[in-house]
Amino acid sequence: MTALLPKRSNRSPRRLSPLRRLEPLRLFEALATPHGVDRYLELVNPMLTVRELRAEVTAVHRSTLDSVTLTLRPTRQWRGFKAGQFVNVTVEIDGVRRTRCYSPTCSQYRKDGLIEITIKRHPEGLVSQYLHANAAPGLVVQLSQADGVFHLPALRPERLLLVSGGSGITPVLSMLRTLCDEGYSGEVVFLHYSNGEHDVALLRELRELAAQHGNVRLVLAYTDATDGDLTGFFGPHHLAEVAPWFAESHTYLCGPPALMSSVKAHYAEAGLTDLLHIEEFQPAPIVVDDGEPTGTIAFGDTTAENSGETLLEQAEAAGLTPEYGCRMGICFSCTQVKTSGCTRNIRTGELHSDPDEEIQLCINVPVGDVSIDL
Amino acid sequence: MTNASITLTKDQIDELGRELDAIKLRVINDLGKEDRDYIYNVIKAQRALEVGGRASLYLGFLPPFWLAGTAALSLSKILDNMEIGHNVMHGQYDWMRDPALNSKRFEWDTACPADQWRHSHNYMHHTFTNILDKDRDIGYGILRMDETQRWNPYYLGNPAWAFLLMTFFQYGVALHDLETENVITGKRKLSENKALWDGIWRKIGRQTLKDYVLFPALTGPLFVSTLTANATANLARNLWAFSIIFCGHFPTGVATFTQEETENESRGEWYIRQMMGSANITGGKLFHILSGNLSHQIEHHLFPDIPARRYPQIAPEVKALCEKYGLPYNSGRFSKQIGSTWAKIFRLALPIGSQDRSTKPPAVTVVDKKLRVAA
Repeated sequence: MTALLPKRSNRSPRRLSPLRRLEPLRLFEALATPHGVDRYLELVNPMLTVRELRAEVTAVHRSTLDSVTLTLRPTRQWRGFKAGQFVNVTVEIDGVRRTRCYSPTCSQYRKDGLIEITIKRHPEGLVSQYLHANAAPGLVVQLSQADGVFHLPALRPERLLLVSGGSGITPVLSMLRTLCDEGYSGEVVFLHYSNGEHDVALLRELRELAAQHGNVRLVLAYTDATDGDLTGFFGPHHLAEVAPWFAESHTYLCGPPALMSSVKAHYAEAGLTDLLHIEEFQPAPIVVDDGEPTGTIAFGDTTAENSGETLLEQAEAAGLTPEYGCRMGICFSCTQVKTSGCTRNIRTGELHSDPDEEIQLCINVPVGDVSIDL
Repeated sequence: MTNASITLTKDQIDELGRELDAIKLRVINDLGKEDRDYIYNVIKAQRALEVGGRASLYLGFLPPFWLAGTAALSLSKILDNMEIGHNVMHGQYDWMRDPALNSKRFEWDTACPADQWRHSHNYMHHTFTNILDKDRDIGYGILRMDETQRWNPYYLGNPAWAFLLMTFFQYGVALHDLETENVITGKRKLSENKALWDGIWRKIGRQTLKDYVLFPALTGPLFVSTLTANATANLARNLWAFSIIFCGHFPTGVATFTQEETENESRGEWYIRQMMGSANITGGKLFHILSGNLSHQIEHHLFPDIPARRYPQIAPEVKALCEKYGLPYNSGRFSKQIGSTWAKIFRLALPIGSQDRSTKPPAVTVVDKKLRVAA
């Protein structure tokens, strides 16, 4: 392996020492108590924050019919990201905040400190549809710091295979742009699967990158068209054709479940699982609620088979003692974060399927597998 | 006051429960941007009054500015506690998934720590509303507010204790979850209160630092003028909050219940207890907002977790249901409700009305259960 140390990010040149920033802030916080200073500032300008991280949309670009690329200017709390990581973006839709994660598609060294995310419109996707239809410069969203272990090792390998499918292109595109920015000289094969040319988000940018960098090879595989570099779904012969050296290097993969599982199976068969790095990126499965209790409930480390009772009763049956009050849905003492899965409110019939959503244990029953942060 | 008996069958009560459930479901399904915009507009007004009030006090040596600043701060604290804090902490806006308006995270501008309030109010008071010896809001452990509370000479001071509670209401509320009366009678151990005390001191410390040290100090030579203004604003909020809250459950005609009466309560019976145990105040839109829409105490007790701006919208339907089932819907002008509340405070200072409940004629009979309207 060659050791190519990435350049340092040269963003945020003016940063006061933590101590100097803190003193006046503490006074302001003591004056604003019990509400944070941001609770006042946001009413004047939501981009003026002392603690919270937000971002303003500065540009909107629709590169294909069903995808939209947003350029975001984060507030000064933004600490940057490593190519491949994701951020949570929160928007308000009809009064409700909705959070989704997106991988920035830009280089991690982008000089102006802006980040770019590309969102593919999903037929069932509330947030993707909303952003596709409504995103405009000036829109302010809530942003999280970057997170995720799907990123390149600090010591860059000699060769890299980046594989993506559909909207899974976003984290690996960021990797490619980052590698180009830091002058990486090893061979990069960028293998991307899509239905056809019309479906490739940011196609022009991809072609430009490949044209400008001799070490980058762009391979477009089309499943519904024959005018690509490769045709059809993933198969081992694709790897043999475009990156015969894949067994001696690292592969970064992100795409739809079918692509992920066939690539994973191939690497597992070849005993190369350690060389395959994956990002599972997919919308939550659509839940069918037929009233029959199924699935496994995880309360932190404790698990139980779904008995169909309320989550509070099931947690207690599992020997746990979560906080509760009225046991009838009015006092909100038993509210906990549901990290994944779907629940049904027995008072209103409402289904809650978003990850990291707060639910009342005493009036919600699980619909399939559910994880509660207890 | 009617003492006529109202008899309802189990089916009628279940039907009433379903009809009320349907109202709630309709509101929940209709929640959206309008509700968010509403609460943020109230917050904007409150924060503007807060900043404006604090700023005016820099000119506090001019009486009009002192008065305007004090009035603005009073209104800010009232809005913060009533239409914003109380309602947000009920989870009325949890559906928005906004961390700033989340019931578990919100703190309000008063001495009582939010987590203790949620326990004593959201859980204890709202679940066991007006059940004697379970709902500690009946007299707050220091007042005699129901005939069935056994009289002793301490209650001769009922009006004085009520006056003191009103004046220092924020501290009374802060101490509420300590259940001091239960500590005195040995039902609760002093050690159980250690963590609560820590929370109360921390919160009182921060509130005191802000209102009685930092803001006065920042106005330099006007220290005393600003301090007096801040104290006045806290007092005004205390008087207002006490009055609105006491009008919620203590006016003439509001029913209390025994533990036996409310055992194995059905959903419909729970609703009936909430309606008969609460009283509304009539008034204009601004009055409703400044009361945190607790002027619609009946609707609030039926549905404590729907945004309060919805209470006036559903009130006619709730009232119509009460009429349909022959249930009382206690509503009156502020002067009438607060007048009868104070009359009760004075009357119950004397050893009257403590005769056995069973000798009183039941006003509402629900199948074989007896729900009595207090005379």
